[in-house]
Amino acid sequence: MKILVTAKRVTDPNASLVINDDGSWIDDDVEYILNPFCENAIECALELAEAHDAETIAIGIGEEEIQRTIRQGALARGIDRGIHVDAEEEELDSEMIAKILKAVVEREEPDVVVLGKQAVDGDSNQVSQLLAEMLGWPQATFASEVKIEGDEAIVTREVDGGLETIGVGLPAIISADLRLNDPRYASLAGIMKAKKKPLEELDLDDLELDDEEPKVRVVKLHEPAGRSAGVVVADVDELIVKLTTEARVL
Amino acid sequence: MSKILVVAEHDDGNVKKATLTTLNMARQLAEKRGASIDIAVVGSGVGGVAEALAGYGAETIHVADHADLAYPLASSWAKVIADIASAADADVIASSASTTGKDIMPRVAARLEAGMASDVVGVVDTDDGVGFRRPMWAGALLADVVIDSDVWVVTARGSAFDAAAATGGESAIDAFAAEPNLAASRTRFIRFDGTQSDRPTLDEADIVVAGGRGLKSADGFNQVVEPLADSLGAAIGASRAAVDDGFCPNDYQIGQTGKVVAPQLYFAVAISGAIQHLAGMKNSKVIVAINTRDDEPIHKIADYTLVGDAFSVIPELCEKIAAVKSGS
Ligand SMILES: Cc1cc2nc3c(=O)[nH]c(=O)nc-3n(C[C@H](O)[C@H](O)[C@H](O)COP(=O)(O)OP(=O)(O)OC[C@H]3O[C@@H](n4cnc5c(N)ncnc54)[C@H](O)[C@@H]3O)c2cc1C
Repeated sequence: MKILVTAKRVTDPNASLVINDDGSWIDDDVEYILNPFCENAIECALELAEAHDAETIAIGIGEEEIQRTIRQGALARGIDRGIHVDAEEEELDSEMIAKILKAVVEREEPDVVVLGKQAVDGDSNQVSQLLAEMLGWPQATFASEVKIEGDEAIVTREVDGGLETIGVGLPAIISADLRLNDPRYASLAGIMKAKKKPLEELDLDDLELDDEEPKVRVVKLHEPAGRSAGVVVADVDELIVKLTTEARVL
Repeated sequence: MSKILVVAEHDDGNVKKATLTTLNMARQLAEKRGASIDIAVVGSGVGGVAEALAGYGAETIHVADHADLAYPLASSWAKVIADIASAADADVIASSASTTGKDIMPRVAARLEAGMASDVVGVVDTDDGVGFRRPMWAGALLADVVIDSDVWVVTARGSAFDAAAATGGESAIDAFAAEPNLAASRTRFIRFDGTQSDRPTLDEADIVVAGGRGLKSADGFNQVVEPLADSLGAAIGASRAAVDDGFCPNDYQIGQTGKVVAPQLYFAVAISGAIQHLAGMKNSKVIVAINTRDDEPIHKIADYTLVGDAFSVIPELCEKIAAVKSGS
């Protein structure tokens, strides 16, 4: 069995983001981390590989720096090898990312692709589903439990009203939610080994993809209207007075 | 002329509020684009849903009623929705950004080679034409985006739009001959474990009481949050930490990766206010924080902060709310 898993790089959620007056983005001095949902996807791939003796491959898309994310975030944790698709990430929308992943899937022919359900920068939550449709594969998104039984993945999904369990025939796309597992830390030995693991570099030409214009374009960024801190009330009585007479919500 | 196809959300034959909030977004977009609106009702035994929506100003309601569509499985629903969109010649397909919409709509976009804007909170005029406003980075920034393809797919955040009101008039109801491809989709529904509750749902409640890790256990959570929710007729929510630690079901989670709510009144009880939690509640009208500390991020956005131990403050609060409600 073969499992492909994504390693996306995102700005640190705790970093403060600055925008220019014209609404464009300045990324000076922002720290980057592995997308938290990709950590869950990587852990899922490793656990499935341990249970089913599979080869695992991590793919990252972006500039040079993504190689560090692939080695530290995926290979050091135990993923067997990496693929770096060189592209200017700023220029890609979800559809282009899905097209790149599709081309890699066609080269590697994995049985399962595990992705993070969303990237915590764009928060679009589209790539897994787009990829599934482009490949004509089934999908199980927002997974909180994954088992493989024969040629089917049995997946429990976190949905609005509770938990849904579905079966998807392999090959299939799975997108990881945060409660799927507790991602392991890389061991020192893992970090040493990761330095020597194969990391293939590809560009869009290698994948026979054109540099298409993205369909979805950010025109402008804004700071959301701020909310200012209110008052500290002395006790329950004062809170009740505020809620009934000032806020009028009781 | 432009046509917007709104995908209805329903449950047990009832129209969900998410349908009406999406419809409101569609009306705002229709006004800017000079578009008409159609509705797609997909499912099994959903004739009643179509009838219930007939007075909302849609030109045509397309009903895809098929046994294989009984459950919203992404691949077959996406095919049918895309087929309806093509047959009706719709150039915008919109649904709510519920977990169902998030699961299905990107597949619709892929089928129609459409660009997609997820989780939009507004329809805006940009320098490059009509676009959508959507939160990014857990709502730390808002982006105005435009879609450059001929067909657009959009999911609308329920808490950002009021429910559309009925306008009167009668939409034409058209049966659509759906061909769902369920067998070819290699997907089977196994089980749904729904959270049982008599309380209002999070997306429909006027008041939300949310509990966090500071409540220490499932017992602690129930002991504090339930009576307060009962005294106010409120829905119950939680931080991710409270869900992760097993205090309450997953679908109580509010935040970047859970539900997004904007009620009239939000109680954050023993919740610190991490950016990912704030992403799901900071547009509430009035926010009350109850916390043993007074220097947590939640206090920077709360209208009223009560510093104290939830286990002793909440019983007193419940008692006094009951007194206010009974007019004494
Ligand atoms: C990718 C990602 C996505 C995430 N998505 C979400 C999300 O959707 N929603 C979400 O909520 N979180 C999310 N998180 C987690 C988030 O970062 C925080 O870890 C989480 O919100 C903390 O929950 P909490 O406030 O309950 O716990 P804590 O931060 O531990 O806060 C507990 C609070 O309780 C107070 N307290 C303790 N005892 C008492 C008492 N007796 N009475 C009153 N107060 C008391 C403490 O002072 C403290 O303020 C996400 C994280 C990541 C990385």
